[in-house]
Amino acid sequence: MSAALPIVIEGLRYRVGDMPILNGIDMSVTSSGITAIIGANGAGKSVLLRLIDGLLAPTGGTIRIGPSDRPPPSTAFVFQRPGLVRASAAANVALALAPLGLGAGERAERVRAALRHVGLAERAGAPATRLSGGEQQRLALARAWARAPDLLLLDEPTANLDPASSHVIEDLVASMAVAGTKVVLVSHNLGQVMRLAEDVVVLAAGLAVEHGPVRSTLSSPRSPQARAYLTGEMPWTSFAALS
Amino acid sequence: MFQTLEETFRRLAALDPEVVAIAGLSLRVSLSAVGLGTLVGVPLGALVAVSAFPGRRLVTGCLNAAMGLPPVVIGLVLYLLLSRSGPLGGLGLLFTPGAMIAAQTVLVVPLIAALARQIVADAEEHLGEQLRSLGLGPARRAAILIYDTRFSLVTAILAAFGRAISEIGAVLVVGGNIDGHTRTMTTAISLETQKGDLPLALALGLVLIAIVLVVSATATLLRSHAMRAYG
Repeated sequence: MSAALPIVIEGLRYRVGDMPILNGIDMSVTSSGITAIIGANGAGKSVLLRLIDGLLAPTGGTIRIGPSDRPPPSTAFVFQRPGLVRASAAANVALALAPLGLGAGERAERVRAALRHVGLAERAGAPATRLSGGEQQRLALARAWARAPDLLLLDEPTANLDPASSHVIEDLVASMAVAGTKVVLVSHNLGQVMRLAEDVVVLAAGLAVEHGPVRSTLSSPRSPQARAYLTGEMPWTSFAALS
Repeated sequence: MFQTLEETFRRLAALDPEVVAIAGLSLRVSLSAVGLGTLVGVPLGALVAVSAFPGRRLVTGCLNAAMGLPPVVIGLVLYLLLSRSGPLGGLGLLFTPGAMIAAQTVLVVPLIAALARQIVADAEEHLGEQLRSLGLGPARRAAILIYDTRFSLVTAILAAFGRAISEIGAVLVVGGNIDGHTRTMTTAISLETQKGDLPLALALGLVLIAIVLVVSATATLLRSHAMRAYG
């Protein structure tokens, strides 16, 4: 895992047909720790994460991850829904290792270690789709952990989980960040953002309207859009706007 | 009518050698065709579902349209290809069970491919983004999604078996309905009905229905058992 992984985004645009989603995002993310991205529904958070991962191609602007003189970093993506195949828990972790070209022995060892790391060693042979919601998301994290990524992208990984399961996931994410993986987290859970992140980016209408240390940004936002989001006073919550 | 039924059940109870031979050939031809059709159709459908290429919608449309190809036309085209003056005449397959297997394979490949494409495309909506984020290429994604949807794909294969074993046009044209050689249940039912041997036609009809029901029930049971075991 790399410890020097700044993410530099310049003029990033993305549109679907005539609909603009991102309107020229400029931001630079620190090379370590956990960066949170927050914003109202439709602000472009999930699209931004997919653009960083390369799942989507931007319609304008650039994303640079890590130094340009080094090979592209390895990434892992954990989605809101764990996205598990109808196979055993161990098989789900193993398939994530398939593109890495590991030998059978090393692959099996990494699978065992990953399941042990997330507390699912005893459930290795269990059908993944039969695990509880919390266990499934832990399995998704095990799949990411096994790849030893430089960059971990999380799109609302605890949105469907109870508080206890959410805390387990948070602990696992925090441990990966401590071990050197750069983490970018999209979340609507401001308590979680406060607990995990060092810095936070606020998106509004496809723009990064604020970026700063998590405590000061959440307690004293400078931009009117960030203030409106954090106080729940978005334009569409106004009765006047609705009428 | 009563006598016909009595004779029908007598033949069935005695395991009439003619009925057994015809049913055996039908099963051999249709199971072989569905086996070959599965080997071709499932990967084809899955690759179309997961790959992005120009003309994908056209290919999907062609697969869907080909599901309804008339068996007798497939038989006719294959007849022209396999006849002595045709480009594949040298194979000497015409009027053999091999030609019948080929005809039914051509019949079921579009059906299996189109259904597999739809099943895998539905799974791709849930898993595709995750698999792409792992850096897996189209072939590997297709293989994983085939595995993920294996229980649903059984239904597609069953539908193909039902279409193969119950069709008459293709096997009649390329098989010739030769007694003891290429006579299947459907061609024999048609012929024996015209000849007036209703007990034999009825016995074959009952066997045909029983085979379809037994295969369908067995596959359904295996599918539900496997789903319970593997999620």
